[in-house]
Amino acid sequence: MPAPANDRKARTRRWFAGFRERETWAAYAFLSPWIIGFLVFMGGPMVISFVLSLTDYDAIGDTRNVGWANYEKLLSDPKIRTSLANTMIYTVLAVPATMIVSLTLASMLHRVGRRSAGVFRTLFYLPEVTPKVAVGVLFLLLFNGQVGLVNGALGLVGIDGPQWSTDPNWVKPGLVLMDIWSVGGTVIIYLAALNNVPRDLYEAAALDGVSAWQRFRHITLPMISGALFFTLIVQTIYKLQTFDEAYTAFYGSAASAQYSNDAALFYLVYLFQQAFQFLHMGFASAMAWLLFVVIMIITIIQVRVSNRFVYYEGGDR
Amino acid sequence: MATTSTPSRTAVPPVPPSGEPLPGSGSRRRRTRVLFWIGLTVASVLFLYPFLWLLGASLKPRTQVFDNALIPKSWAWNNYVKIWDAVPVFDWFVNSVTVAIAAALAATISSALVAFGFAYFRFPGRNAWFGLVLGTMMLPTAVTMIPVYLIWNNIGLATTQVPLWANNLFGSAFYIFLLRQFFLGLPRDLFEAARIDGASYWALFWRIALPLCRPALIVTFVFELRASWSDLLKPLIYLRDVELFTLPRGLKAISDQFGQAGEQQWEIVLAGSVITTLPMVIVFFLAQRHFVYGIATQGRKG
Repeated sequence: MPAPANDRKARTRRWFAGFRERETWAAYAFLSPWIIGFLVFMGGPMVISFVLSLTDYDAIGDTRNVGWANYEKLLSDPKIRTSLANTMIYTVLAVPATMIVSLTLASMLHRVGRRSAGVFRTLFYLPEVTPKVAVGVLFLLLFNGQVGLVNGALGLVGIDGPQWSTDPNWVKPGLVLMDIWSVGGTVIIYLAALNNVPRDLYEAAALDGVSAWQRFRHITLPMISGALFFTLIVQTIYKLQTFDEAYTAFYGSAASAQYSNDAALFYLVYLFQQAFQFLHMGFASAMAWLLFVVIMIITIIQVRVSNRFVYYEGGDR
Repeated sequence: MATTSTPSRTAVPPVPPSGEPLPGSGSRRRRTRVLFWIGLTVASVLFLYPFLWLLGASLKPRTQVFDNALIPKSWAWNNYVKIWDAVPVFDWFVNSVTVAIAAALAATISSALVAFGFAYFRFPGRNAWFGLVLGTMMLPTAVTMIPVYLIWNNIGLATTQVPLWANNLFGSAFYIFLLRQFFLGLPRDLFEAARIDGASYWALFWRIALPLCRPALIVTFVFELRASWSDLLKPLIYLRDVELFTLPRGLKAISDQFGQAGEQQWEIVLAGSVITTLPMVIVFFLAQRHFVYGIATQGRKG
């Protein structure tokens, strides 16, 4: 069967012929900043990073090829296990918490009418412009076990609040609660999605006497599943790389490290320490690749599972 | 992430006004309404309270910082004098402003260039390159963090502020994606007509596309301004010299020295937090529309 082969050859020829066009060169001129940037700041560094991960590079002494030793060390270093577990627990708590709180707030805003929704939207988004360093500082203050505002409020209703910032069991839940403060971006995404649900669907359902829960379950959820899926993936990737708050609150100076008993040793915090404090750059590079693989696997699983539930307008995407 | 070449921005239908839409029966309906407003009010207070508390506490004398009153019993304006004397906070402010503006300008201009390249031209390799652009969004910064540091170190710029913004000169995936959507939404006839009149490709970009996409450019600018302003990781990696610190890096230093593990002079840490936060709050109020628009757009691209 020569026809498909010919076809492909013709297409290849046409593809290359494109490079005789002035337009093509102009296009590549416009793209050139990104292409150069990609080679220098991403593609190249990825190669370097992998090579480094096979060495004991420490920026000072001689560098030797150590083969897969850094990757073997990933398995044996107990702090890797601790930091991975911390990060997973944090992500598993924080992502659903963010999504549920955001969806609740967005549903409320959806009902109050556009003008007042704008005011509340501003209010809910405001915390998100707070730099995460300041959020870390606020965590230490508000969640202080003895004198913090949170335990003060809990005390009013008769609850003896935990030592959020020193009890290893409560550090991560505390950070998650603090994190909920900055859900504003997700609220805006959900609100936009809710505003896009065709209203006649609700009207039809109301005529049929469908209950509020069923409307939510069978109309709202499917219609905004695209936005839910998007935030699930983005938030997961983001939370797996959490750094600023935990590092601000618990690490950095020798004295502050003792506070959390490693309960706030998130993966990126440990990676940063290894790379830029202990200068174990070879090992840190191996750590980075492990993180990359973990993120890839989790994202692929999420995409696979979500594809069964996500409804796209127009169907065949 | 599936990409279609159709201008999906124009496909967004106008949003009907959402009032109190859903029927219920008399008194029960009123009760849910009351509960609903109570819930919303409580949520709003919870979100606003930490801000007001922070602002108030930064003006309290040290002994009252933890008294949990919103309004200070006695005002300690000199907390801000103390921080001024203790650390070069004005330098940090100037550094933050300079770096953030450089980063935002660089990201906006370069991303717009690249986005226009993807939106206007038809050329071999376009889809592959664009796929690669989107793919880079998946790459955790941790992977490139160390080599990029070594590169700057080799050029001898590793302890300057240059690495904090110079990467942005080469465009950034998310903004390229955002701006491309905008450029695709412009009617193609506009460009064809200008071409017939002899306009260069550069003129199409500079004279036609850019002015028409000003809202999207502002979105990009304020997004990157915020991202750069808040960044802690890069200043931690690169800046050694205290005079070169940005505000977040400085606040981290203040927190280490005067906070939990240090001298327990929380009033200084609080003043530092306010100085780091307030400029972005002001920018947010000025550019609110653009923030909201930019975020709402994200969710629409599945």
